[in-house]
Parts: sequence; C-alpha cells; structure tokens
Amino acid sequence: MAQIVIRNIRKEFGDFVAVKESSFTIEDGEFFMLLGPSGCGKTTTLRMIAGLELPTSGDILLDGENISQLPPSERDIAFVFQMFALYPHLNVRKNLSYPLTSQGMPRKQIKAKIDEVAGILGIGDILDRPVGGLSGGDRQRVALGRAIVREPKAFMMDEPLGALDAEFREHMAEELRALHDRMGATTVYVTHDQLEAMQMGDKIVVMNNAVVEQFGTPREIYDKPATMFVADFIGSPSMNFLDFSGSVAPGQESISLSGHDMAVPSLREGASGDLVFGVRPEHVHLSDDGTFRGRIIAAEYLGTTQIVTMETPNGELKARIPADRIATVGESAGIGFRGDTVSLFDRADGRALRSALNEGVLGHG
Amino acid sequence: MSSHSITESSSRAKWIAGSLVILYALITMLPLVWIVMTGFKSPADAISYPPKVVYEPTLEGYVNLFTTRTRQTEDYLLANPPENWADEIVRQYDMVIVGPSKFGERFMNSVIIGFGSTFLSIFLGTLAAYAFSRFRIPFADDLLFFILSTRMMPPIAVAIPIFLMYRSLGLSDTHLGMILLYTAVNISLAVWLLKGFIDEIPREYEEAALIDGYTRFQAFYKVVLPQAATGIASTAIFCLIFAWNEYAFAVLLTSATAQTAPPFIPTIIGVGGLDWPAVAAGATIFLLPVMIFTIVLRKHLLRGITFGAVRK
Repeated sequence: MAQIVIRNIRKEFGDFVAVKESSFTIEDGEFFMLLGPSGCGKTTTLRMIAGLELPTSGDILLDGENISQLPPSERDIAFVFQMFALYPHLNVRKNLSYPLTSQGMPRKQIKAKIDEVAGILGIGDILDRPVGGLSGGDRQRVALGRAIVREPKAFMMDEPLGALDAEFREHMAEELRALHDRMGATTVYVTHDQLEAMQMGDKIVVMNNAVVEQFGTPREIYDKPATMFVADFIGSPSMNFLDFSGSVAPGQESISLSGHDMAVPSLREGASGDLVFGVRPEHVHLSDDGTFRGRIIAAEYLGTTQIVTMETPNGELKARIPADRIATVGESAGIGFRGDTVSLFDRADGRALRSALNEGVLGHG
Repeated sequence: MSSHSITESSSRAKWIAGSLVILYALITMLPLVWIVMTGFKSPADAISYPPKVVYEPTLEGYVNLFTTRTRQTEDYLLANPPENWADEIVRQYDMVIVGPSKFGERFMNSVIIGFGSTFLSIFLGTLAAYAFSRFRIPFADDLLFFILSTRMMPPIAVAIPIFLMYRSLGLSDTHLGMILLYTAVNISLAVWLLKGFIDEIPREYEEAALIDGYTRFQAFYKVVLPQAATGIASTAIFCLIFAWNEYAFAVLLTSATAQTAPPFIPTIIGVGGLDWPAVAAGATIFLLPVMIFTIVLRKHLLRGITFGAVRK
C-alpha cells in the first residue's frame, strides 16, 4: 500500500485561497482524518490528493513518486463521495465493475473480483438490482465496493457517513473501521464531526481557515492542543479558557490567576501580555477549601456526570464533575485544577506555549 | 383518502380535471382531425356547404398528391383500360396518370434537412453546453448571452443578407445550406436548454468516472450522456419541430433541388384547381414524422419538461 507525503501544498481558486501551504505525512496503512469546520479546505486537500483538483503549488508524494500534477486515472487512488455518486444508469454489478473494465480486465476475472468484494461487504444478494432503489446503507456499501474492488494504493473518503441517518452512522462507522483494519489500506477520511474523527482515526489533521492547525494522534490533539482553535473545536464541552495577563518565563511551574497560584506544566518558553489558561472540563474539580472561587450559574445533569457552569473572576468555566455532588445554582464553590493537564495560550495568536506537557508534539504543527 | 388531503384529490376534482383535459384536447385536435378527414374526401365533398361530417371516403386526394395526371381523349381512355385502383380514380375525370409528383422528393428533402439539422444542433449543442457547464471559460456569461442574442430578433429579419450571402457562397438551394441555416437558428436553443439539463447532473458522477480510470471524454460519453438523455430528447424534439415546419426561409432559399415540403404543399393548389383533399393529404403525411418522433421520445419528453423541478 502507500505512504502519502503532503509538502507545502497550496490551492487558489481565483483570488480565494482554499488551502495555504500545508504539510503532513500519512503513513502506510493509517486511517487518517482530515477534520475541520466547513469551508476550512479539508475537502479541497482531499480532492488534490485524488487528483480532482490540481494544487497551485506544492507536492504530493505517493510512495515517493510526485503525483501532484497527474490526472486522477493515473494515481491509483479510490474516492468515496459524500453522496456516493453511484452511476444511476447502471445496476450494482455494473457499478462495481466500472473501475475494472477501464483497466481492460478480462470478464471472468471481473466477475470473480466482484463476487469476492460482494462477499466482504455482504451485498451479494443485491448485485443485479438498479442502484436507484437501494437503501442508504446499501448505497454506501456499493460505493465502498467500487472503491475497494480495484485494490488501489489509497482510499479517499469525503464525509462518507454524512448522508446516513444518525442511528445507522454509528454502525457504518464501525463497519468502515473494521474493513480498514482487515485490508490495512491507507485511508484519508474527511469529516467535520470531531467525535467521528476521534473514534475512527489513527491520526488527525485539524484544519481551519485553509491552514493546518495541528497534526497528530487523537490523544495528542485532545490532550495537547497546539492552538486555541483546536482546543475549542475538539471535545464537548470544549476546553475552558480563563483569561489573565502577566508574563511567564521558561522553567516557571505556576501562574497567578487573580492572585491565586495555579500549578502548570513546567514552561519551556516565556511570553507576556494577554494570556489564556486552558483546562478541560473533566480536569476541573470543586473543593470547598479552594481559594480560587466561582459561583454556580447552571448545572446540567447527564446521569453519570454533570456539567456545572460557573462564573469566575477570569471568565466563565464549565466543570465535568461526578453526578452525586449536589450543585445548586447560586452556590459559591472553590475550584481546583489538575495542573499537569493545563495548556497556556497566547491570546494574540492563539498559539499554545511550549511546556513539559506538549513538547515534542508542537513541532509538527 | 380524506376529503381534505393535499396529495390525494377527491373523485369529483379528478372528474372535473379529466373533463377539462378532454375538452381542451377536443378543441385543439379539431383542426387536425378536420385536415385528416378532408384528405379522404372528394373535391366536391371538401368544399360542400354546410361542411360534411359524414361522407364516402376516397383516396383521391392521396392519388392526386403523389401523381401528375393529364387529360386524355375518349378513344385513348377506351383503348387503355385502367391498370389499378389509382388509375380508376383518376378516370372519373377523364385523366390518366403520367408519372409521380414532386411530393415524394420534397418530403425526402424535409427529412434530410430536418433530421440533419436536428442532429447537428444536438451534437454541437451538447458539447458546447457541457463545456459551459463544467469548465471555467473566460467570458462564459458574455458568450452565453451572445449565443442567446441570435434569437432576439425573428430569424426572418436577416433573410435578405442570408439570401445574398448564400448566393455568393453557392449554398442557395442546397441541402447543406438549409441544414447549416436551421442549425444556426436552433443551436442557441439547444445550448441553453442542454446547459440547464447538464447543470442538473451532479459533477460527482464524472469525477467518480475519472477516479475509476476513465478520461474526461470517456466520462462525458459514458456517464454524462446517458444522464442527459432526457434533456437531449426533449431538445431534439424542439429543434426538429422548428426545422420541420420552417416555411419562410424555405420559400426564399430553396426551389428546384432542396425545396422542403412546407413551401411545396401550397403549390398543389395551383396545379389542378383548388385541390383541397390533396393539400390535406400532404399536410397529413407531413405531420407523421414529427408525430412518430415525438411518440418515440415521449417518455423522455415528459420527464424532460419536469426535470429539475424537484430534487430527487
């Protein structure tokens, strides 16, 4: 299969820049997620890898070969479209055989290949049906079948689950991941759904406004966000941002929030001005003896946990705490943080400050 | 079925709608029915007043349409008994058939020019519409407007320049000349209609074909064309109807070799007096190809007219 290297890729449509100099590497056999809000350039990036758009500048290397200006037919990359794009005038079997007939494969071999793929996907009984009457899930399977039947070097998937209803999506996501694990083919998957990305991906690229914000494993991206955008986009509820101003120096291990000392991972760089103290809701706890205090303004009960919204001197804060702690609106409570999980950001450019927590991760972005 | 349902109409509403459609059909069909009926009348029945609805049908009109006849002396007629049923019909007027008329030839001209120009309009129109629909073409909007602007005046307004141009190019009274002329008139309609149809076809189908290893042109004819069949069929019908029925240019630019049926049919009147049954017979036969073409493509036409109204 294949390793894909994206190097300084850029795409302009007239005056509009869809993707700004982006670089990342997709290792052989990885299930790779391109994640970001709509319009961030993730689909354009995917289409450039597949050859449906040609990059304005930059290189795409597939197993070391520069394919950035080749037509899609010469790249040996399969693509699964969001709306499936099954050929409506052909039946399931013909749809599946389409990529094989273009290679001039003998008819007998095509038939054997289709039967094999139909077996893998469990669509053997609908092979002679027209695609028009198929259910969403079956269409999805046929679209996948059309992609895997030719054994391409890599798969591109553009929000393939987006057109399915929520109930079925979960099931299909599992099926897709299982299929990938079985075939081990390099897969690039575009989604705007952070849960889908975390759940299915080996690695994630988070894009925003045409640039790559961060590139890493789901765990790295969640625990060690490189920018405020990533911290905010990933996780629900998202990371808390408490504003403070002051200056920090390399080696420092605590900062002062409204006069209260808070532990942070040992800093590796200094900064000054408007800074942000970022902490995930699950790393916030309420303690009656805490000196840093806030007032509870809302509590959402979720069964095993609850989300408590508090007002603090440094801004609003959400805490995910055990459901058995009784939280009454209006109550004043002390707040504590798990210091080793805290990220500090520079408010001006949204970048995370390097620290013992994230060193070694930020290099990628 | 509730009486207040929006989607299911009540039986009374259906009855009223049905009656209206039938009434409308009767009104619009009446002239056609009358022409077909007149074709089977004798000349006397055709001009009788009050008009005859019940009459004895005869093929006289058709015989007169397809033949040239001449009056003969009684001796000649007695010496040469009629050879077939057509002969017998003309003998009533002391005439004999001396050969075929020009109608067959004119009709074939109409077929060649009508279908030829329709094919050319659709062929060029589909390619142009695809290009306009899919590629970034500089000044695309201006070009489309220019193409449409050729229809902003009645084509006959440029008849004199075309007449002069055709004369110096040697295209007057040729099949090629008429095919080119009707194509030029129809192409704007074809480009605009087909662009609309092709715009409706999601690009993903072609992109899927490109990914599946086909070239752009293969993707066009293997994937886009089958999808556009509906639009192509309905556009073809519109083009054919125009080219088939066109009268003014045909009168002006054709005479001996490339004359089409529309300018020919009225000339029948002048040959043997007011031969209305022959004119009606000519009109009836003239109607058939367009009718057959439309019936053959009817399934596509009906889908084509409502195409794009609702997203599937």
